[in-house]
Amino acid sequence: MSADHYPRSSAPDSPYPAGNGTDLIEFKDVTKRFGRTVVLDKLSFSVAPGRRVTLIGPSGSGKTTILRLLMTLLKPEEGTIKVAGDYLTHEERGGRLVPAGDRHTREVRKKIGMVFQQFNLFPNMKVLRNITEAPVHVLGLSQEEAEERALGLLDLVGLTDHIDKYPSQLSGGEQQRVAIARALAMRPQVLLLDEVTSALDPELVAGVLDVLRDIAHTTDITMLCVTHEMSFARDISDDVVMFDAGRVVESGTPEKIFSDPEHERTREFLGAVL
Amino acid sequence: MRWDWSAVAAFLPYFWHGVLVTLEALVLGSLIAFALGLLWALAQRSRLRAVRWPVTAATEFVRNTPLLVQLFFLYFVLANWHLPAPELTTGVIGLGLHYSTYTAEVYRAGIEGVPVGQWEACTALSLPPSRIWRAVILPQAIRRVVPALGNYVISMLKDSPTIAVIGASEMLGQARQFSADTFQPTEPITVIGVAFILIAYPASLLMRALERRLVR
Repeated sequence: MSADHYPRSSAPDSPYPAGNGTDLIEFKDVTKRFGRTVVLDKLSFSVAPGRRVTLIGPSGSGKTTILRLLMTLLKPEEGTIKVAGDYLTHEERGGRLVPAGDRHTREVRKKIGMVFQQFNLFPNMKVLRNITEAPVHVLGLSQEEAEERALGLLDLVGLTDHIDKYPSQLSGGEQQRVAIARALAMRPQVLLLDEVTSALDPELVAGVLDVLRDIAHTTDITMLCVTHEMSFARDISDDVVMFDAGRVVESGTPEKIFSDPEHERTREFLGAVL
Repeated sequence: MRWDWSAVAAFLPYFWHGVLVTLEALVLGSLIAFALGLLWALAQRSRLRAVRWPVTAATEFVRNTPLLVQLFFLYFVLANWHLPAPELTTGVIGLGLHYSTYTAEVYRAGIEGVPVGQWEACTALSLPPSRIWRAVILPQAIRRVVPALGNYVISMLKDSPTIAVIGASEMLGQARQFSADTFQPTEPITVIGVAFILIAYPASLLMRALERRLVR
């Protein structure tokens, strides 16, 4: 497999402004409620460009909510979110911060890609079109450019033989690899991975994790990952953030969090899942 | 009662004309019902109340009043417009409009049946709304509802004799005219009854086959 079709930050046309000192993702006092339940409670945290951050914590701790807020699938009740310096759910008009319009949100959202637990490939399109649809109709690439990019990514995920198949003709693992290629085809600055192996049969998990490891080790894309695969988290992460009840309990390198966590809550959680 | 084959033979030229008019009404009425139904279904999902509410009210009104009344109403309204073939045109518009309020519900169910993950994937890829509908949602929604739409075409076929009351010369219209001219009602009415079965039954079998193929 090769990552040639996915540029590193050192490449001249890199979309990844690595190491410029500004955070790529910034949550500031973000509160998200579902009815009376507070899922995120004045959460502030940031991710620097090129970092691979894994969010861990018990069910309902707000990990997936963070990804869904970043993907604008949810709206925060309070607080602001910035991506690469631009407000995501707000925009500045006349010096004031107002709720973002659809066009602004769409522009900022182009910097983010997401891979879902249930793949969410378009079942009415073949593999190749699943990957080229957005680059052609959102980024304005020609069909040829989009197909060239798609073929490179299918090579990266090891599925060049399947371009003419429909998603229903693929295994779960293959579908998820196509979904990864589809997200990468937009050349996002941030890749969100939401429990991407949870819906897979155990024997298919390794293939998907291998592809993600490959991407993590050969590109500088920023990754925000929610997973129950602790060995994968340990392997690819620069930082691990432990959540509970909508707040950050602690964060640190995988070595520190998995070997020497400071908080009792983290120890309890890791004791239960490892 | 005596069965007269010569009356059947005499009726056949009128019958074929009636079949043509019935099929014409059915095809054009279906096209109107499919197109308008989709328009109503999309309008009912509009963010704008000024679009959503009037369309909902109008479709409820049409769905809950008899087709026969609508046909009479349309006929007297459209009579002032000097349309070509006013009986058939009114019949086609009436059938299409009436059934569009049912197909709108079918489309609505189809659209709501598209998994939420599909919408989320569209958002994640920042696809523009026109592309989301045309490339992702409608192809999936319509595939699911083709059998249900087909069933409404069969219902429309069975309702098509209603347009005879405003003078359209479809199968029933031809049979009534023939009966009035010859005082032999049994043969033409029997012939068109058999004709309806011969059209509707294979069509319903086709719909069942489509359902097995498309809805998985």
